[in-house]
Parts: sequence; structure tokens; C-alpha cells
Amino acid sequence: MDALLLSRLQFAFTIGFHILFPTLTIGLGLFLVVLEGLWLKRRDPGIYRMLRFWTRVFALAFGVGVVSGLVLSYQLGTNWGRFTAVTGNVLGPLISYEVVTAFFLEAGFLGIMLFGWNRVPPKIHYLSTILVAVGTLISTFWILSANSWMHTPAGFAMDGERMVVTDWMAVVFNPSFPYRLAHMVVATLVATAFLVAGVGAWCVLRDRHRDFGRRSLSFALGMAAVAAPLQVLVGDLHGLNTLEHQPAKVAAMEGHWNAHDGPAPFILFALPDQAAGRNRAEIAIPYAGSLILTHSLSGAVPTLAAVAPQDRPPVAVVFWAFRLMVGLGLWFVVLAGIGLYARRRYALTQWRWYLRLLAGTAPLGFVAVLAGWVVTEAGRQPWLVYGHLRTADGVSLVPAESVAVTFGLFILAYGVLLAAFLAFFLRMVARGPGDADDPPHFQNKAKAAVVEEG
Amino acid sequence: MDLDLPLIWSAIIALGVFMYVLLDGFDLGVGILFPFTRDAGERDVMMNTVAPVWDGNETWLILGGASLLGAFPLAYSTLLPALYLPVMVMLFGLVFRGVAFEFRFKTAGRHLWWDRAFFTGSLVASFAQGALLGAFIQGVAVERVADGGYRYTGGAFDWLTPFSVMTGVGLVCGYALLGATWLVWRTDGALQQRALSAARGLTLAVLAFVAVVSLWTPWANPPIAQRWFAWPNLVLLAPIPLAALAAALVLLRALARGWERMPFLMTMALFLLSYAGLAVSLWPFAVPRVMTIWDAASPPESQMFLLAGVAVLLPVILAYTFYSYRVFRGKVRAGAGYH
Repeated sequence: MDALLLSRLQFAFTIGFHILFPTLTIGLGLFLVVLEGLWLKRRDPGIYRMLRFWTRVFALAFGVGVVSGLVLSYQLGTNWGRFTAVTGNVLGPLISYEVVTAFFLEAGFLGIMLFGWNRVPPKIHYLSTILVAVGTLISTFWILSANSWMHTPAGFAMDGERMVVTDWMAVVFNPSFPYRLAHMVVATLVATAFLVAGVGAWCVLRDRHRDFGRRSLSFALGMAAVAAPLQVLVGDLHGLNTLEHQPAKVAAMEGHWNAHDGPAPFILFALPDQAAGRNRAEIAIPYAGSLILTHSLSGAVPTLAAVAPQDRPPVAVVFWAFRLMVGLGLWFVVLAGIGLYARRRYALTQWRWYLRLLAGTAPLGFVAVLAGWVVTEAGRQPWLVYGHLRTADGVSLVPAESVAVTFGLFILAYGVLLAAFLAFFLRMVARGPGDADDPPHFQNKAKAAVVEEG
Repeated sequence: MDLDLPLIWSAIIALGVFMYVLLDGFDLGVGILFPFTRDAGERDVMMNTVAPVWDGNETWLILGGASLLGAFPLAYSTLLPALYLPVMVMLFGLVFRGVAFEFRFKTAGRHLWWDRAFFTGSLVASFAQGALLGAFIQGVAVERVADGGYRYTGGAFDWLTPFSVMTGVGLVCGYALLGATWLVWRTDGALQQRALSAARGLTLAVLAFVAVVSLWTPWANPPIAQRWFAWPNLVLLAPIPLAALAAALVLLRALARGWERMPFLMTMALFLLSYAGLAVSLWPFAVPRVMTIWDAASPPESQMFLLAGVAVLLPVILAYTFYSYRVFRGKVRAGAGYH
């Protein structure tokens, strides 16, 4: 294997690993802001226990997210040196802005959020929690701006081999950015909601930490009921935006090789054959393709035939990742809908089959995020900067052996980290909130009792 | 008014890197000192002195890398492929020690593996940073290519030389000294005593390394020798080594008398003066003897766009970083609540 393929695999692997943790911390960050606000308002011990428990999960995910993000910020240079040489004038400042507006904010107040309960007044603590959550959102803003710019580049000109910026507003708010940002932020909410709901469902099923489980379940399903349907809407808008700017990607998502006579069907399942330029074994719904993409029954859909073979994305990967993402998205809507119905019937903790489904769904939000990321990034191929810089022209000229060795080490190291993270997380769930998670005045009372007895 | 943007940006990056070296330096040093005690409680205390702040400390490293990319993309895209392996080694070290902060406290009673990860990660990352510094001072073999960029022409292990090994070991000692003097300040009892005695030995080791690098660098690079020893630079620059010597003497005295805060301050002063010495030697290169900061600079539009934000935000960042340190001031003792 050459350095290009190895660098691509290594980057895909390291970013795929990394993306899981910001997904959790962005979603949980907002979750914690709501919880702590409720705690300050109602002084309900059950809410406090939830808050402290999920803060521990947040801290665990944040730690892994920080270190794996640090790796990425340097990999741009080590593995993609020519890419940064060409695009550095554009993307460098965006990433720097992420550091100065987001990373420092998160890091500066994370310490207070985690360790500052007895060192700062409650309002300052709440402010810290808010600032950490805002930091994760600002970070998302910049990184998705940079990523979107690679998909829909704007506001720059070529100066020899290098790009120079002509309009910063056009760079930051490039055409696909608002849709991509909304899609990602809602995705973090959906993924987090189903993780929390799954944990709550598990606790109720096993009859452990029942109060904590019931509250987590109810809270998370409330969030899911808003976020899951919203995501369908946002995803559709994002898809239309992609249709406008990256038709080849949409053609790959839909599996349309050649123009259809009349209205396009929606291809449910197929085995795309890149070499032959067609699908094998297609199952299609007539008219639906035109309806979904053009919101009319007769609109024309983009085809891969319009794209030169060497400029086509890997169709099978994009096609299947897209189906996985959409399928999961619809599943989340169904589950959230059942949740609403169960709540109306006061049966949220009664229907064991539903709780089992929720427990099984706990990790699937993250699978959907990964699938969505594959759709968008594999769909951009063979370009790094869509239409301007090919992936093959962006790689560093480093020995393939160096990349291979470090890739092997990444697989090993991240494998250990993921296993450890999951083990810790599962153990935390099994233990549930402990005595240390009782509200401060409870703990003081307990201590006072001990002193009196002694 | 014409701003010399590359000059301003090199000052900002120099500040960022220095903040990183000072701040992550002491928390990496705490990790390097882990084997000095086997007592789990003492290790908890050591870790708790840095747990609330390490993440902010490490952010300065990302600032350094991102600002280099933002303001000097040509230097970034030339240096990082050339220094591929030591950068990766550093990252692996930082990954393992970083997760150890959270993971360690989740393994009640069975800290062994995450203790090892914390120590080894800190050690490896520190050594790699020192080696990177050495390799940077020595310069990287690159050639100009058609598109105006640079291509690394050396091998994967060119960075590994006796000089870079020495700077690597030197920085490990330096960080350990920062860590030890930090612990002298922030702990008490047996742990503080242990840190005091470790600091004494480390001070001597660090002074030896500083002396060797100070002589080796000009000896190996005539232009650098010229800069330091030519008249009148010899007189103008003399305050740097003299002040370093003074700081070292105060440091040793403070350690002998058991002063609590002075050793850390003096160690920081030593770092600052060594850093200033390096800056004198390397000025004005972004990649030594290949490109100056003006060659490497991104266009004024990019540098200005970024500067507007940084000029406003850097003081704010420093302010809340200071606030966060104040919240966690005071001696850290066993049983100090973890979240």
C-alpha cells in the first residue's frame, strides 16, 4: 500500500474515532446545562444525582475527545502537508479561531465544572457549565465551517499554487455550512438522547437505581421527541443543498448511474458496481426518487453518467452508508414517537419490550453519526477541496513505512482506549449514582451524623 | 501605519509555545515524577494538583500548532512531514497520559496500568518534544519544488541525532524540575520533602544540559556563534546567560532553605532565559536556514483576519486561565474531593 492510501485510512480511522467523543460531549453539554438549571430552580435531589452522574460521563468522553483531537490537529501537517500548503491561508485561521474561541474556553471552565463544586458559588458553577457547553458549540461552528468549505469552497482565489482569501465571510459562511452545522448539532442531540434513554431503560429493566433510570429515560425521550423529527427535516434540507452543490455525491447516495426516462425511482437496495458503471439487483420505488430530491413527481435527478469515471466517488460505500444513516434516523423517529405515546398512557416504564428496544438502541446514534460522516466525506472523493484539489495531490511525501507503523499504533492505542472507555462507562452505569452524588446539604447532614455518633 | 504582521505573529506563537512549555511542562513533570513514590495516596495528591488545569495547559500546544498553520502555513507544511515520527511519538505519549487523568480515578484500587500510562506517556511526550526542539535547531533537509513549496528530502530517522537525544533528555529533566518545584509549592508533608530533594538533583542536571546546549549550538553552527560572540552582541546579549546563572543560584538557595514558592518561580525564570537564548540563536528563521518568518508568512489578509480575533481574545483567555488557577489555589491534600 502506498502512503496515500495509508494516510487516507489512517485519517479516516483517527477522525472516525475522535468524532464519537465530541458527539457525546456536545450533546451532553447541553443536557447538563438544562439539568443544572433545573437543579438550581427546583433543588430536587434526583436531578442533582443525574447531573453529577452524567457530568462524570461527560468528563470521561471529554478527556478522550481532547487527546484524539490534538492528534488530528497535527495530522493535518504530518500526513497532509501538501494539502495544508495549498489551503493553509484559508483553513489555518479557521482552526486557529477554534482554538482561541472554543478550546481555551472549554478547558478553562471544565476544571471548575468538574472540581469546583465546593470552591465557587452555585451561580459561578452554573456559568462554568454553560461556558463549557457554549465552548463545544463554538468548536463545532469552526470545525464544520472548515469542513464545509472543503465541500463547497468559496471566497478564495488561486495565487500560483496556493489559495488566498478574497472574502472571509464567504469562506466562513460557505454555501453548505449552515445545513451541515445544523445537521451535526441535531445529530449530537439525537445520539446523546438515545444513549441516555438507553441507560435509563436498562436501569428500569434491571430494577437498579430506579429513580435515576426513570428520570433519565423521561428526560432523554423528551429531548428525542423534538430532535429526532427535526433531524429528518434538517437532513432533507442538507440533502437539497448537496444536490445543488455536489450532484455527484447525491447521485452516489441515490445509486443513479444513468438518466431515467421520465420520473426517477427511489432505489431502496442495490449492489452498485463501480467498474461496470451500473447497479446489480436493484429494488426501486417508482417516482419516489424525483419526489424526495425535487419535491415533485417528475423532476430530473443527477446521475453519475454526467461525471467522468475518475471523478466519481466510491458509489457502494456512499450508497450503503447513506441507507444506514437514513434507516437509523427513521428508527429514531419511530422510537421517539412510541415514547410520546407511552408517556400519554403513563406507561413509559411499563412496556418492557419498548425498554429493551431503547437499551439496544443506545449506541446506534453514534453509528448513525459515523455513517453520515462516511456519506459526506467518501462522497467528496476524489477531491479534498471539491473541484479544486484532489486527495492524491494533498498527501505529504512521507515514507509509506512511517505511515504504516503509526497507523498500526493508532489501531492498537485507540482500540485500548475505546475498550477502556466502554468498560469504564458500563461500570459507571452498573454502579449508578452513588452517595457522593447526593446534594451537598445531604452530604453535610450525613457527615454531621457521623460526627455526632463518634 | 504598516504593521509587520509576520513579526507580530512570531511573537504570538513564541508566547504560545512558551506558555505551553511552562504550563504543560509542570504537569508533564508531575507525571515524570510518578515513580518517585509508590504510595497511591501521594500519587493521588500529585495528580490532583494538576487535574483541574492540565487540559487548559495542553491547549497552548494546539494554539502553537494552529497558529503556525494559520500564520505560517509554509513552515507548518514543511516542518511536520519532516518531523513525522517524533511528532507522532509525542502525540501517542500525550494521548495516554491525557486519558489517564480520567481513567485512573475510575479504577478504584487498581491504578497500576493507568499510573504506568501516565508516567510513560509524560516521559515519552517530554522526550519527543525535546528531541523535536533539537531537530528543529539542527534544521531539516528540504528542497524547493516547482510549486514554490518545500519537499522533505531526508529519511524517517534524520531527526534522531546525539544532539536531539541530548535535548530530549534535557527537556525531560527540565520538565521534571518544573514538576518538582510545583509540588514543593502545592503540597506539604512527606511528599513536599521528596519533591524538594528531587528538585536539588534535577537542578544540577538541568544546569549541565543548559550549559552543554549553550556551547554545542554555536560550536556546531558558525552563524549562531557569530551572533552571540561578535562585538557588540557579546555585551548586549550577556545579560541572558548572567541572569540565568543568577536564577540558578537563587533556585539552589531557595531549595536549600526549603522556601515553598521561590523554587517554582526561579525554575520558570530559568526556562524563560533559556528560551530567550534560543530565540536569539534562531532568529529570524521559521525553519532554520531554510525560510525566515517573512518567507513563511501567509498573506496579510489571513494574518490580519486572525490577528483581529487573537488580539481581543488572548487577554480574555489569560484572564480566565488566571481565574481558574486562583479557584484551585492552596495546598492540595489527600482526600481532596475528586468529582
